[in-house]
Amino acid sequence: MTEEQIKSEVQDVFRRVFGDDTLAVTQKTTQDDIEAWDSLEHINILSIIEQKYGVKFDLNEVMEIKTAGDIMNIVSRKVNK
Amino acid sequence: MKVLNTLTPSEIMQNKRSLRADLLAQEGLLSKKIAVLSGSTIGEIKNIFELFLLDEGIRPEFWVGGFDRYYEDVVFENNALKTFSPDVVYLHISTINIKQLPSPSDTPENVKNMLQSAFDRIKQVLLKIKQDYGCPVVVNNFEPLPYRLFGNSDVYRISGRLHFLNKLNELLSDYARQNEDCHINDINYLSAVYGLKHWADPKYWYLYKYALNPDAIPLLAQNLSAITKSIFGKNKKALALDLDNTLWGGVIGDDGAENILVGGETPAGMAYADFQRYIKALSEMGVLLTVCSKNDPEISKTGFGVPGSILKADDFLEFVANWQDKASNLEMIAKSVNILPESIVLADDNPAERELVTQALPKVETPELTDPAGFITALDAGAYFEATAFSAEDAKRGEYYKKDKLRVQEQSSFQNYGEYLKSLGMRARLSAFENISRIAQLINKTNQFNLTTIRMTEGEVQAAVQDPDVITISAQLSDKFGDNGIVSALIADTNGGKAAIRLWVMSCRVFERNLEFAVFDKLVCQCKSRGVDAITGQYFPTARNGYVKDLFSKLGFKQTSETDWEYPVPRDYRNKNNVIGV
Repeated sequence: MTEEQIKSEVQDVFRRVFGDDTLAVTQKTTQDDIEAWDSLEHINILSIIEQKYGVKFDLNEVMEIKTAGDIMNIVSRKVNK
Repeated sequence: MKVLNTLTPSEIMQNKRSLRADLLAQEGLLSKKIAVLSGSTIGEIKNIFELFLLDEGIRPEFWVGGFDRYYEDVVFENNALKTFSPDVVYLHISTINIKQLPSPSDTPENVKNMLQSAFDRIKQVLLKIKQDYGCPVVVNNFEPLPYRLFGNSDVYRISGRLHFLNKLNELLSDYARQNEDCHINDINYLSAVYGLKHWADPKYWYLYKYALNPDAIPLLAQNLSAITKSIFGKNKKALALDLDNTLWGGVIGDDGAENILVGGETPAGMAYADFQRYIKALSEMGVLLTVCSKNDPEISKTGFGVPGSILKADDFLEFVANWQDKASNLEMIAKSVNILPESIVLADDNPAERELVTQALPKVETPELTDPAGFITALDAGAYFEATAFSAEDAKRGEYYKKDKLRVQEQSSFQNYGEYLKSLGMRARLSAFENISRIAQLINKTNQFNLTTIRMTEGEVQAAVQDPDVITISAQLSDKFGDNGIVSALIADTNGGKAAIRLWVMSCRVFERNLEFAVFDKLVCQCKSRGVDAITGQYFPTARNGYVKDLFSKLGFKQTSETDWEYPVPRDYRNKNNVIGV
């Protein structure tokens, strides 16, 4: 899977979760950029990503995920290994 | 067709915002106040629970307790919750909330005390909810731990934790059996269905204080909404069954009864026989069975005469086999049984038929039956008949309806309807409310003969019975074909010289039998003995209660406003009923 593909799919998840079809998600997007991205939604996003790619994030990995970029990178690492 | 049934958990979680907007746009939602008390993170549980309730036609308003404050929120003074005045309380507790689990070194005596104190804590909360709010409570039981200290013997050793949790679940079950307003949300079962290893993955507790995998929230929420909709009288009532490749394998018109697959030793024959056994058991719970099949009526009946068939042709209240479209047939069945089409679930293996019915009757549920080995679980997973109450009356419902059919046949032999009514030899037993759970069920399920559409919990019904200023009348009707059970309930509040009818409901099974006159006579009699000289009533029209729009004028009430009616009790009141013995 290419980085571009993953970025576009992760963006799609964000758009659905936050109900905003125009949301632009980049490597640099953080919780500060999306008002509704609170800890509750953070958990949802990770759970949805796990299901979507059939991957599991362990305790330490989850604790390191802070930005949209972190999500894209870990997915890329797990899916392309 | 419910929207959420067709989506995966992850799709539901992803699209919750748009789903919510769509579901909120539905008309005729029933508003309910639900208190959610926390033993661990509620977070998304409330939001997804809301979606499933909306999908059942219930619009919830929530009050959410503090994190892990389920005990304090209930046991100590809580004005906020009192003001909220919940219609139902959900207690989201789980194994994580048990303060102390046994260790291998614990003596049986220790374990016994531990068990008792764990249960007492929950029982104290349940009793306090009952006392303070008098509303139904839904409580989780306890899921197994994802590990077994003793290995397999954890399930039977006194100090085994699995043994302990099973015992605790048993105590909770005993409590629920004895307290009809307590309903268990069986997460012990749900976690097994989902996969315990994933459900109880402790990662989610360490990270977010969730007692379950967030991906399992839709399953939990669906189960909760099944219980809730059942409490509020929104269960389905009837199952309409296709025949070929649904109740047996093969096409009876082409293959002949001797060649259809049901019973015997073939895999498909076994699967169809098991499905029939499941349906037979549903009918013993009070689910009404009907046939709805594109078939020749005579040939199709021969399918129930073969040795392997568990169901017999007379297990069905209506046997509709013809070549018309199924949507019209379902409407005809609904009319004939006197229920709403949306109270019917269609079990049909043919996707085209299901699609047609969904198009024409969107509220009829049509579970996807694709593999005969999965028919039972596909139907079961819909929780259409979730039995939060189950009485002897329910078990007899099918019989009641069959007798109704005999009455209809009898009626056609009479020219005069009054003569027919007299010929039935009806007898009514009119009394104050006795069978509280049946009365509550009747109040909450009745849509047609229902003047005010007020719903009441068992606790509220009980309170009405105990209030000296309230008149309660229930009617049990029997006739020469048998007993109809308790079929009408009336509550009137007396104040000064007036009695105000708070609610009056009657089962559609006994419409046009003049029972309303017998009940009204009883009300008048009660009023006279209490020195009440005027009766008032209200009629609030809904989409379904047009049947009673003229009830008050038929009884001689005068209309005083758009919704209000009044009846001055005449000194020389003469009973209106003359066909039912009381």
